[in-house]
Amino acid sequence: MGGGRQKVLVLYLANSALDSPVVGWARYDGTAETLHMAGDADETPYATGLAALTDGWRLFQASQLLPHPRGEEFDLAYLKYEFWFEQWIETP
Amino acid sequence: MDRNAVTPSAAAQSLPLLSDEQMASFVARGFLRFDGVVPGDINAQFMAEAGDAPDAEAGRKLRAAYGQMLAQNEIPEVAPGTPLFQAYSEGTALQRLLDLPLVRGAIRSLLGENPVFDHHFLHMTFPPRYHQAAGGENVSQHTHQDSTIDPRLAFDVQIMYYPHAVTREMGGTRFIPGTHLRKVSEVALGRYQNVRGQQHMVCEAGTLLFMHHGIWHGGGVNHSDDTRTMFKIRMHASGSQSRQWDVTDRPASESQRPIFYVKGRPASDTVAAILMTPEPWFEQDTGRLEFVNRVKLWRYLTDDPAYDADYWLTRLEHAPMVLA
Repeated sequence: MGGGRQKVLVLYLANSALDSPVVGWARYDGTAETLHMAGDADETPYATGLAALTDGWRLFQASQLLPHPRGEEFDLAYLKYEFWFEQWIETP
Repeated sequence: MDRNAVTPSAAAQSLPLLSDEQMASFVARGFLRFDGVVPGDINAQFMAEAGDAPDAEAGRKLRAAYGQMLAQNEIPEVAPGTPLFQAYSEGTALQRLLDLPLVRGAIRSLLGENPVFDHHFLHMTFPPRYHQAAGGENVSQHTHQDSTIDPRLAFDVQIMYYPHAVTREMGGTRFIPGTHLRKVSEVALGRYQNVRGQQHMVCEAGTLLFMHHGIWHGGGVNHSDDTRTMFKIRMHASGSQSRQWDVTDRPASESQRPIFYVKGRPASDTVAAILMTPEPWFEQDTGRLEFVNRVKLWRYLTDDPAYDADYWLTRLEHAPMVLA
């Protein structure tokens, strides 16, 4: 099946700036050339989000900055600074 | 309250209780690891009682192989709420493991007297030939937090028991130190494939990992030829968790150490230094909230509502008197 396939890179950064350090990451490969899974790498694919941009990844979503509900200021849950990137791979 | 009072019972005093530093490390990082502490004869007995997984068979799903093994082995079903030390029969590998002084002392230190059994499970991670035979994919388990959203300050303990040596090729339990104080909903965080500072349990036989119930973890993919076995027991306190470890040397009060503007590297082995050590994955702002939450947990465990490290809570609690 032709048309193209999407590769997705998700980076979790140390603050809301795209040039801040990567603290977590995930990769999904729509071409099925590679299979990524939990725990498959201990070294970050890029040092920062900006480094992914300069390597050709296209940013398509970034997490919002939201105010902290009163009384829940110290509650922590999910990683806060999530950035979604893609590469579009043309296929024959 | 006399903060120097020695509260453990006479029986507990003969146990090797955890130290201040070990407890602070558990509060900060959510785990304590003891390598090769279970004797070889207990490990061998456990493997015999757990039984062997049936060989890989074309078309047989892994769930079926699992079910067959659980049905036939000697590890009993145990109802939640059972007193922990009544969960297993005398002479079984698991009772002998729980009777080890190091294990008794660590459980006593973390959970106090009369801990209660929650559940246990035999985790088997099968090698590639099983997945090929079953027609499934050999992948790691998504990272998750056990049970469900848990807003308590109190904590349960999960002992992960590794009865045989685990190599990196076998996968091992993956866990992320310091994630235990985050209130998340089980595998909602499954999209986090990798987090800086994650650890993989590569260990010798007889290793134990004591984990706070909240720590993020998952089973690693097994690329070896051998089935990997890990046994987990979850337990909770029935009474106070406060000051159950070796508190004989606890100081009556702890002075604040200078912060930010310091002229040298501070000592790294104090409770404050342990509680204030960040993890590689900490975000820059929420890392400070992690420190706040660690101090709150240390207050709970020490029964000292005034404890602080590096002024994080004192600063927030300071309320100048308003003069009329």
